[in-house]
Amino acid sequence: MKVNGVMHQAPGDPRRLLSDHLRHDLGLTGTHVGCEHGVCGCCTVLFDGAPIRSCLMLAVQAEGHELTTIEGLAATDAPLHPVQQAFHECHGLQCGFCTPGFVMSVVGLLRDHPDPTPEQVDEGISGNLCRCTGYASIRRAVIRAAELAPSPRRGEGRGEGRAVEGPNR
Amino acid sequence: MPRGRDHRVKPPPFEYHAPGSINEAVALLASLNDAKVLAGGQSLVPLLNFRLARPAHIVDINRIPNLDRIYERDGGVAVQALVRHAGVEDSEVVARVCPLLSAAVRLVAHRVIRNRGTLCGSLAHADPAAELPAVLLALGGHVVARSTRGERTIPAADLFTSVMQSALAQDELLVEAWFPASPKGSAIAEESRRHGDFALAGAVRAGDRLALFGVAPTPVLADPKNPTHGLQPSGDLEATPEFRLHLVQVLTDRLFAA
Repeated sequence: MKVNGVMHQAPGDPRRLLSDHLRHDLGLTGTHVGCEHGVCGCCTVLFDGAPIRSCLMLAVQAEGHELTTIEGLAATDAPLHPVQQAFHECHGLQCGFCTPGFVMSVVGLLRDHPDPTPEQVDEGISGNLCRCTGYASIRRAVIRAAELAPSPRRGEGRGEGRAVEGPNR
Repeated sequence: MPRGRDHRVKPPPFEYHAPGSINEAVALLASLNDAKVLAGGQSLVPLLNFRLARPAHIVDINRIPNLDRIYERDGGVAVQALVRHAGVEDSEVVARVCPLLSAAVRLVAHRVIRNRGTLCGSLAHADPAAELPAVLLALGGHVVARSTRGERTIPAADLFTSVMQSALAQDELLVEAWFPASPKGSAIAEESRRHGDFALAGAVRAGDRLALFGVAPTPVLADPKNPTHGLQPSGDLEATPEFRLHLVQVLTDRLFAA
Protein backbone atom coordinates (compact mmCIF):
# COMPACT_ATOMS: atom_id res chain seq x y z
CA MET A 1 0.00 0.00 0.00
CA LYS A 2 1.08 3.54 -0.63
CA VAL A 3 0.84 5.86 2.37
CA ASN A 4 1.50 9.56 1.75
CA GLY A 5 3.34 8.60 -1.43
CA VAL A 6 5.58 5.98 0.19
CA MET A 7 5.19 2.24 -0.41
CA HIS A 8 4.69 0.08 2.68
CA GLN A 9 4.10 -3.60 3.32
CA ALA A 10 0.70 -4.56 4.65
CA PRO A 11 0.89 -6.19 8.09
CA GLY A 12 1.04 -9.97 8.32
CA ASP A 13 -1.86 -10.17 10.77
CA PRO A 14 -5.19 -9.62 8.98
CA ARG A 15 -6.78 -8.70 12.32
CA ARG A 16 -4.71 -5.50 12.46
CA LEU A 17 -6.98 -2.49 11.94
CA LEU A 18 -5.79 0.13 9.48
CA SER A 19 -5.86 2.76 12.23
CA ASP A 20 -3.57 0.66 14.46
CA HIS A 21 -1.33 -0.15 11.50
CA LEU A 22 -0.89 3.53 10.65
CA ARG A 23 -0.17 4.49 14.25
CA HIS A 24 1.79 1.58 15.64
CA ASP A 25 3.50 0.02 12.62
CA LEU A 26 4.14 3.12 10.51
CA GLY A 27 4.41 5.65 13.36
CA LEU A 28 1.88 7.98 11.75
CA THR A 29 0.29 9.03 15.02
CA GLY A 30 -1.44 12.05 13.52
CA THR A 31 -4.35 9.74 12.77
CA HIS A 32 -6.14 9.67 16.10
CA VAL A 33 -8.21 6.88 17.55
CA GLY A 34 -11.27 7.69 19.63
CA CYS A 35 -14.22 5.33 19.71
CA GLU A 36 -12.82 2.59 17.46
CA HIS A 37 -16.23 1.75 16.10
CA GLY A 38 -16.85 4.39 13.49
CA VAL A 39 -18.76 7.00 15.46
CA CYS A 40 -16.32 9.78 16.37
CA GLY A 41 -14.48 10.33 13.08
CA CYS A 42 -11.04 10.94 14.66
CA CYS A 43 -9.39 8.24 12.55
CA THR A 44 -10.59 9.53 9.16
CA VAL A 45 -8.01 9.17 6.37
CA LEU A 46 -8.21 9.37 2.57
CA PHE A 47 -8.51 6.01 0.80
CA ASP A 48 -7.91 6.47 -2.93
CA GLY A 49 -8.83 10.11 -2.37
CA ALA A 50 -12.09 9.59 -0.45
CA PRO A 51 -12.36 9.95 3.34
CA ILE A 52 -13.02 6.72 5.23
CA ARG A 53 -12.82 5.51 8.84
CA SER A 54 -9.48 3.77 9.30
CA CYS A 55 -10.79 1.98 12.42
CA LEU A 56 -13.40 0.23 10.26
CA MET A 57 -10.97 -1.24 7.77
CA LEU A 58 -8.53 -4.08 8.10
CA ALA A 59 -5.06 -2.95 7.11
CA VAL A 60 -4.71 -5.86 4.66
CA GLN A 61 -7.67 -4.41 2.75
CA ALA A 62 -5.61 -1.33 1.92
CA GLU A 63 -3.03 -3.34 -0.02
CA GLY A 64 -2.80 -1.98 -3.55
CA HIS A 65 -4.50 1.26 -2.57
CA GLU A 66 -3.34 4.81 -1.85
CA LEU A 67 -3.79 6.35 1.56
CA THR A 68 -3.31 9.92 2.70
CA THR A 69 -3.09 10.74 6.40
CA ILE A 70 -2.92 14.16 8.03
CA GLU A 71 0.89 13.94 7.78
CA GLY A 72 0.60 13.71 3.99
CA LEU A 73 -1.36 16.92 3.41
CA ALA A 74 1.62 19.26 3.61
CA ALA A 75 5.34 18.64 3.99
CA THR A 76 6.94 19.81 7.23
CA ASP A 77 8.49 22.94 5.75
CA ALA A 78 5.86 23.61 3.11
CA PRO A 79 2.88 25.95 3.55
CA LEU A 80 -0.07 24.37 5.26
CA HIS A 81 -2.75 22.69 3.22
CA PRO A 82 -5.62 25.17 2.68
CA VAL A 83 -7.86 23.22 5.05
CA GLN A 84 -5.19 23.24 7.76
CA GLN A 85 -4.59 26.94 7.13
CA ALA A 86 -8.30 27.67 7.44
CA PHE A 87 -8.61 25.74 10.73
CA HIS A 88 -5.63 27.75 11.99
CA GLU A 89 -7.07 31.11 10.91
CA CYS A 90 -10.60 30.44 12.19
CA HIS A 91 -9.58 28.69 15.42
CA GLY A 92 -11.37 25.58 14.23
CA LEU A 93 -9.86 23.60 17.07
CA GLN A 94 -9.25 23.77 20.77
CA CYS A 95 -7.74 20.61 22.28
CA GLY A 96 -7.01 19.30 18.79
CA PHE A 97 -7.83 15.65 19.36
CA CYS A 98 -10.56 15.56 16.72
CA THR A 99 -8.75 17.89 14.33
CA PRO A 100 -6.95 15.43 12.04
CA GLY A 101 -10.24 13.63 11.41
CA PHE A 102 -12.09 16.86 10.77
CA VAL A 103 -9.40 18.09 8.39
CA MET A 104 -9.45 14.85 6.37
CA SER A 105 -13.28 14.85 6.22
CA VAL A 106 -13.26 18.47 5.05
CA VAL A 107 -10.66 17.71 2.37
CA GLY A 108 -13.12 15.09 1.08
CA LEU A 109 -16.08 17.45 1.42
CA LEU A 110 -14.38 20.17 -0.63
CA ARG A 111 -13.38 17.65 -3.25
CA ASP A 112 -17.08 16.81 -3.73
CA HIS A 113 -18.35 20.36 -3.16
CA PRO A 114 -15.64 22.99 -3.85
CA ASP A 115 -18.09 25.77 -2.96
CA PRO A 116 -20.28 24.20 -0.29
CA THR A 117 -23.59 25.61 0.92
CA PRO A 118 -24.06 25.93 4.72
CA GLU A 119 -26.18 22.76 4.58
CA GLN A 120 -23.43 20.88 2.76
CA VAL A 121 -20.92 22.10 5.35
CA ASP A 122 -23.09 20.81 8.20
CA GLU A 123 -23.68 17.52 6.40
CA GLY A 124 -19.98 17.21 5.60
CA ILE A 125 -18.79 17.59 9.19
CA SER A 126 -21.73 15.81 10.82
CA GLY A 127 -19.80 12.54 11.03
CA ASN A 128 -17.07 14.02 13.21
CA LEU A 129 -17.43 14.73 16.90
CA CYS A 130 -15.81 17.72 18.62
CA ARG A 131 -16.28 18.29 22.34
CA CYS A 132 -14.55 21.70 22.57
CA THR A 133 -15.45 24.16 19.87
CA GLY A 134 -19.20 23.89 19.60
CA TYR A 135 -18.63 23.55 15.84
CA ALA A 136 -19.23 27.24 15.00
CA SER A 137 -15.55 27.93 14.38
CA ILE A 138 -15.19 24.67 12.46
CA ARG A 139 -18.02 25.68 10.13
CA ARG A 140 -16.30 29.01 9.55
CA ALA A 141 -13.07 27.15 8.86
CA VAL A 142 -14.73 25.03 6.17
CA ILE A 143 -16.04 28.12 4.38
CA ARG A 144 -12.60 29.74 4.71
CA ALA A 145 -10.93 26.60 3.35
CA ALA A 146 -13.18 26.77 0.30
CA GLU A 147 -12.00 30.35 -0.27
CA LEU A 148 -8.36 29.35 0.13
CA ALA A 149 -8.50 26.16 -1.86
CA PRO A 150 -8.73 27.27 -5.51
CA SER A 151 -5.61 29.46 -5.29
CA PRO A 152 -3.98 29.32 -1.87
CA ARG A 153 -2.68 32.79 -1.17
CA ARG A 154 1.04 32.37 -1.40
CA GLY A 155 3.15 34.03 1.22
CA GLU A 156 0.33 34.87 3.55
CA GLY A 157 0.25 32.74 6.63
CA ARG A 158 3.38 30.89 5.57
CA GLY A 159 5.44 29.81 8.53
CA GLU A 160 2.57 30.26 10.94
CA GLY A 161 1.74 26.62 10.70
CA ARG A 162 3.16 25.66 14.06
CA ALA A 163 -0.12 26.43 15.76
CA VAL A 164 -1.79 23.59 13.91
CA GLU A 165 1.01 21.17 14.59
CA GLY A 166 0.68 21.70 18.33
CA PRO A 167 -2.15 19.29 19.03
CA ASN A 168 -0.57 16.62 16.86
CA ARG A 169 2.82 16.43 18.47
CA MET B 1 0.89 1.03 27.97
CA PRO B 2 4.41 0.93 26.54
CA ARG B 3 4.93 3.25 23.62
CA GLY B 4 6.29 2.22 20.26
CA ARG B 5 5.55 -0.91 18.31
CA ASP B 6 2.95 -3.23 19.63
CA HIS B 7 0.91 -5.92 18.06
CA ARG B 8 -2.50 -5.44 19.59
CA VAL B 9 -5.55 -6.32 17.58
CA LYS B 10 -9.16 -5.63 18.37
CA PRO B 11 -11.11 -8.19 16.35
CA PRO B 12 -11.40 -11.77 17.65
CA PRO B 13 -9.44 -14.50 15.84
CA PHE B 14 -10.58 -15.28 12.31
CA GLU B 15 -9.11 -16.65 9.13
CA TYR B 16 -9.06 -14.09 6.33
CA HIS B 17 -9.96 -14.92 2.73
CA ALA B 18 -9.90 -12.53 -0.21
CA PRO B 19 -11.41 -14.34 -3.22
CA GLY B 20 -10.82 -12.86 -6.68
CA SER B 21 -14.11 -13.91 -8.26
CA ILE B 22 -17.74 -14.59 -7.36
CA ASN B 23 -17.21 -18.31 -8.08
CA GLU B 24 -14.26 -18.42 -5.73
CA ALA B 25 -16.25 -16.53 -3.08
CA VAL B 26 -19.27 -18.85 -3.17
CA ALA B 27 -16.97 -21.90 -3.19
CA LEU B 28 -15.44 -20.58 0.03
CA LEU B 29 -18.86 -19.91 1.55
CA ALA B 30 -19.91 -23.46 0.65
CA SER B 31 -16.83 -25.11 2.14
CA LEU B 32 -16.18 -23.01 5.24
CA ASN B 33 -17.96 -23.34 8.54
CA ASP B 34 -19.08 -20.11 10.21
CA ALA B 35 -17.97 -17.66 7.51
CA LYS B 36 -19.06 -14.03 7.31
CA VAL B 37 -18.95 -11.90 4.16
CA LEU B 38 -17.05 -8.61 4.48
CA ALA B 39 -18.08 -5.90 2.00
CA GLY B 40 -17.99 -2.29 3.24
CA GLY B 41 -17.46 -3.38 6.82
CA GLN B 42 -19.24 -0.39 8.34
CA SER B 43 -21.45 -2.68 10.43
CA LEU B 44 -19.38 -5.87 10.55
CA VAL B 45 -16.08 -4.30 11.65
CA PRO B 46 -17.64 -2.48 14.66
CA LEU B 47 -19.20 -5.81 15.65
CA LEU B 48 -15.76 -7.43 15.33
CA ASN B 49 -14.12 -4.59 17.27
CA PHE B 50 -16.61 -5.08 20.10
CA ARG B 51 -16.17 -8.85 19.68
CA LEU B 52 -19.95 -9.15 19.44
CA ALA B 53 -19.40 -11.05 16.18
CA ARG B 54 -16.88 -13.89 16.28
CA PRO B 55 -16.93 -15.57 12.88
CA ALA B 56 -14.31 -18.26 12.26
CA HIS B 57 -13.77 -16.99 8.71
CA ILE B 58 -14.00 -13.62 6.99
CA VAL B 59 -14.62 -13.71 3.24
CA ASP B 60 -13.62 -10.27 1.96
CA ILE B 61 -15.31 -9.70 -1.41
CA ASN B 62 -13.66 -6.34 -2.09
CA ARG B 63 -11.07 -7.86 -4.48
CA ILE B 64 -13.75 -9.23 -6.82
CA PRO B 65 -13.71 -7.24 -10.09
CA ASN B 66 -16.82 -6.10 -12.02
CA LEU B 67 -19.12 -6.23 -9.02
CA ASP B 68 -19.60 -2.50 -8.59
CA ARG B 69 -22.05 -1.59 -11.35
CA ILE B 70 -25.34 0.28 -11.22
CA TYR B 71 -27.52 -0.43 -14.26
CA GLU B 72 -31.11 -0.32 -15.48
CA ARG B 73 -33.06 -3.51 -15.95
CA ASP B 74 -36.71 -4.60 -15.99
CA GLY B 75 -38.03 -1.10 -15.39
CA GLY B 76 -35.90 -0.53 -12.33
CA VAL B 77 -32.32 -0.14 -11.19
CA ALA B 78 -29.92 -2.90 -10.18
CA VAL B 79 -27.12 -2.25 -7.69
CA GLN B 80 -24.29 -4.78 -7.45
CA ALA B 81 -22.68 -5.97 -4.24
CA LEU B 82 -19.68 -3.64 -4.18
CA VAL B 83 -21.49 -0.39 -4.98
CA ARG B 84 -20.89 1.97 -2.07
CA HIS B 85 -23.68 4.10 -0.62
CA ALA B 86 -21.85 7.15 -1.98
CA GLY B 87 -21.98 5.64 -5.47
CA VAL B 88 -25.74 5.28 -5.17
CA GLU B 89 -26.03 8.81 -3.80
CA ASP B 90 -24.08 10.26 -6.75
CA SER B 91 -25.64 8.04 -9.44
CA GLU B 92 -27.57 9.81 -12.19
CA VAL B 93 -29.25 6.54 -13.13
CA VAL B 94 -30.60 6.09 -9.60
CA ALA B 95 -31.68 9.75 -9.45
CA ARG B 96 -33.62 9.33 -12.70
CA VAL B 97 -35.13 5.87 -12.23
CA CYS B 98 -35.55 5.63 -8.48
CA PRO B 99 -35.30 9.07 -6.82
CA LEU B 100 -36.71 7.53 -3.63
CA LEU B 101 -33.51 5.50 -3.31
CA SER B 102 -31.39 8.63 -3.90
CA ALA B 103 -33.24 10.38 -1.08
CA ALA B 104 -33.08 7.40 1.27
CA VAL B 105 -29.38 6.70 0.90
CA ARG B 106 -28.58 10.25 2.03
CA LEU B 107 -30.11 9.37 5.40
CA VAL B 108 -27.68 6.49 5.92
CA ALA B 109 -25.08 7.53 8.52
CA HIS B 110 -22.57 10.10 7.22
CA ARG B 111 -20.80 10.63 3.92
CA VAL B 112 -17.53 9.19 5.25
CA ILE B 113 -19.38 5.99 6.21
CA ARG B 114 -21.22 6.02 2.88
CA ASN B 115 -17.89 6.19 1.05
CA ARG B 116 -17.19 2.66 2.25
CA GLY B 117 -20.45 0.99 3.24
CA THR B 118 -22.38 -0.88 0.57
CA LEU B 119 -26.08 -0.89 -0.23
CA CYS B 120 -26.20 -4.68 -0.59
CA GLY B 121 -24.33 -5.03 2.72
CA SER B 122 -27.03 -2.97 4.44
CA LEU B 123 -29.71 -5.26 3.02
CA ALA B 124 -27.86 -8.43 4.06
CA HIS B 125 -27.23 -6.97 7.52
CA ALA B 126 -31.01 -6.51 7.87
CA ASP B 127 -30.95 -3.97 10.68
CA PRO B 128 -34.63 -3.32 11.51
CA ALA B 129 -33.93 0.40 12.01
CA ALA B 130 -32.11 0.82 8.67
CA GLU B 131 -33.59 2.82 5.80
CA LEU B 132 -32.68 0.71 2.76
CA PRO B 133 -34.41 -2.55 3.72
CA ALA B 134 -37.64 -0.56 4.20
CA VAL B 135 -37.16 1.12 0.81
CA LEU B 136 -36.69 -2.26 -0.87
CA LEU B 137 -39.82 -3.54 0.88
CA ALA B 138 -41.95 -0.48 0.07
CA LEU B 139 -41.01 -0.69 -3.61
CA GLY B 140 -41.39 -4.47 -3.79
CA GLY B 141 -37.84 -5.02 -5.01
CA HIS B 142 -35.70 -8.11 -4.69
CA VAL B 143 -32.16 -9.33 -4.22
CA VAL B 144 -30.21 -11.90 -6.21
CA ALA B 145 -28.36 -14.53 -4.18
CA ARG B 146 -25.61 -16.71 -5.64
CA SER B 147 -24.20 -19.98 -4.32
CA THR B 148 -22.52 -23.06 -5.74
CA ARG B 149 -26.07 -24.42 -5.98
CA GLY B 150 -27.04 -21.70 -8.43
CA GLU B 151 -28.76 -18.35 -8.35
CA ARG B 152 -32.10 -17.35 -6.90
CA THR B 153 -34.17 -14.22 -6.51
CA ILE B 154 -35.48 -13.36 -3.07
CA PRO B 155 -38.36 -10.84 -2.97
CA ALA B 156 -38.06 -8.14 -0.32
CA ALA B 157 -41.15 -9.49 1.42
CA ASP B 158 -39.30 -12.79 2.08
CA LEU B 159 -35.80 -11.39 2.70
CA PHE B 160 -36.03 -9.96 6.21
CA THR B 161 -36.90 -12.67 8.72
CA SER B 162 -36.00 -11.24 12.15
CA VAL B 163 -33.69 -8.76 13.87
CA MET B 164 -30.55 -8.77 11.70
CA GLN B 165 -31.64 -12.07 10.19
CA SER B 166 -32.27 -12.62 6.53
CA ALA B 167 -33.39 -15.45 4.29
CA LEU B 168 -29.88 -15.69 2.83
CA ALA B 169 -28.38 -19.12 3.46
CA GLN B 170 -24.90 -19.50 4.96
CA ASP B 171 -23.46 -20.40 1.57
CA GLU B 172 -25.16 -17.59 -0.36
CA LEU B 173 -23.68 -14.30 -1.50
CA LEU B 174 -25.99 -11.36 -2.15
CA VAL B 175 -24.67 -10.25 -5.55
CA GLU B 176 -27.24 -7.67 -6.56
CA ALA B 177 -30.28 -5.74 -5.36
CA TRP B 178 -33.03 -4.56 -7.70
CA PHE B 179 -35.29 -1.59 -7.01
CA PRO B 180 -38.35 -0.90 -9.19
CA ALA B 181 -38.68 2.65 -10.49
CA SER B 182 -40.18 4.71 -7.69
CA PRO B 183 -43.73 5.86 -8.49
CA LYS B 184 -44.90 9.44 -8.14
CA GLY B 185 -45.65 10.24 -4.53
CA SER B 186 -42.63 8.41 -3.15
CA ALA B 187 -40.80 9.78 -0.14
CA ILE B 188 -39.04 8.81 3.06
CA ALA B 189 -39.28 10.42 6.50
CA GLU B 190 -37.58 9.49 9.74
CA GLU B 191 -36.88 10.84 13.18
CA SER B 192 -33.56 10.36 14.93
CA ARG B 193 -31.92 11.92 17.97
CA ARG B 194 -28.83 13.01 16.05
CA HIS B 195 -28.13 13.55 12.38
CA GLY B 196 -26.95 10.30 10.82
CA ASP B 197 -28.13 8.06 13.66
CA PHE B 198 -30.34 5.08 13.15
CA ALA B 199 -33.94 6.26 13.22
CA LEU B 200 -36.17 5.98 16.27
CA ALA B 201 -38.87 5.35 13.70
CA GLY B 202 -39.16 5.87 9.98
CA ALA B 203 -41.62 5.56 7.14
CA VAL B 204 -41.26 5.04 3.40
CA ARG B 205 -44.01 5.85 0.92
CA ALA B 206 -43.94 4.30 -2.54
CA GLY B 207 -47.13 5.36 -4.29
CA ASP B 208 -49.92 3.86 -2.20
CA ARG B 209 -47.63 1.54 -0.27
CA LEU B 210 -46.18 2.27 3.15
CA ALA B 211 -43.24 0.55 4.83
CA LEU B 212 -42.11 1.30 8.37
CA PHE B 213 -38.72 0.80 9.99
CA GLY B 214 -37.38 0.91 13.54
CA VAL B 215 -40.68 -0.26 15.02
CA ALA B 216 -40.62 -4.06 14.57
CA PRO B 217 -38.04 -6.88 14.30
CA THR B 218 -38.01 -6.30 10.54
CA PRO B 219 -39.20 -3.52 8.24
CA VAL B 220 -42.96 -3.96 7.84
CA LEU B 221 -45.66 -2.97 5.37
CA ALA B 222 -48.53 -1.04 6.93
CA ASP B 223 -51.89 0.42 6.01
CA PRO B 224 -51.44 4.16 5.38
CA LYS B 225 -54.89 4.77 6.88
CA ASN B 226 -54.06 2.91 10.08
CA PRO B 227 -50.25 2.67 10.21
CA THR B 228 -49.89 1.71 13.88
CA HIS B 229 -52.30 -1.21 13.67
CA GLY B 230 -50.78 -4.32 15.24
CA LEU B 231 -47.42 -2.66 15.93
CA GLN B 232 -45.62 -3.41 19.18
CA PRO B 233 -42.39 -1.41 19.01
CA SER B 234 -39.79 -1.88 21.71
CA GLY B 235 -38.74 0.86 24.09
CA ASP B 236 -35.23 1.93 24.99
CA LEU B 237 -33.35 4.90 26.45
CA GLU B 238 -34.09 7.01 23.40
CA ALA B 239 -37.78 6.35 22.87
CA THR B 240 -40.70 4.63 24.59
CA PRO B 241 -42.97 2.31 22.59
CA GLU B 242 -45.72 4.94 22.82
CA PHE B 243 -43.43 7.62 21.39
CA ARG B 244 -42.48 5.34 18.50
CA LEU B 245 -46.15 4.74 17.72
CA HIS B 246 -46.72 8.50 17.83
CA LEU B 247 -43.84 9.01 15.40
CA VAL B 248 -45.25 6.39 13.02
CA GLN B 249 -48.56 8.26 12.89
CA VAL B 250 -46.95 11.68 12.43
CA LEU B 251 -44.48 10.52 9.78
CA THR B 252 -47.19 8.66 7.86
CA ASP B 253 -49.48 11.70 7.97
CA ARG B 254 -46.67 13.85 6.60
CA LEU B 255 -45.86 11.45 3.77
CA PHE B 256 -49.46 11.07 2.67
CA ALA B 257 -50.51 14.68 3.16
CA ALA B 258 -48.74 15.77 -0.01
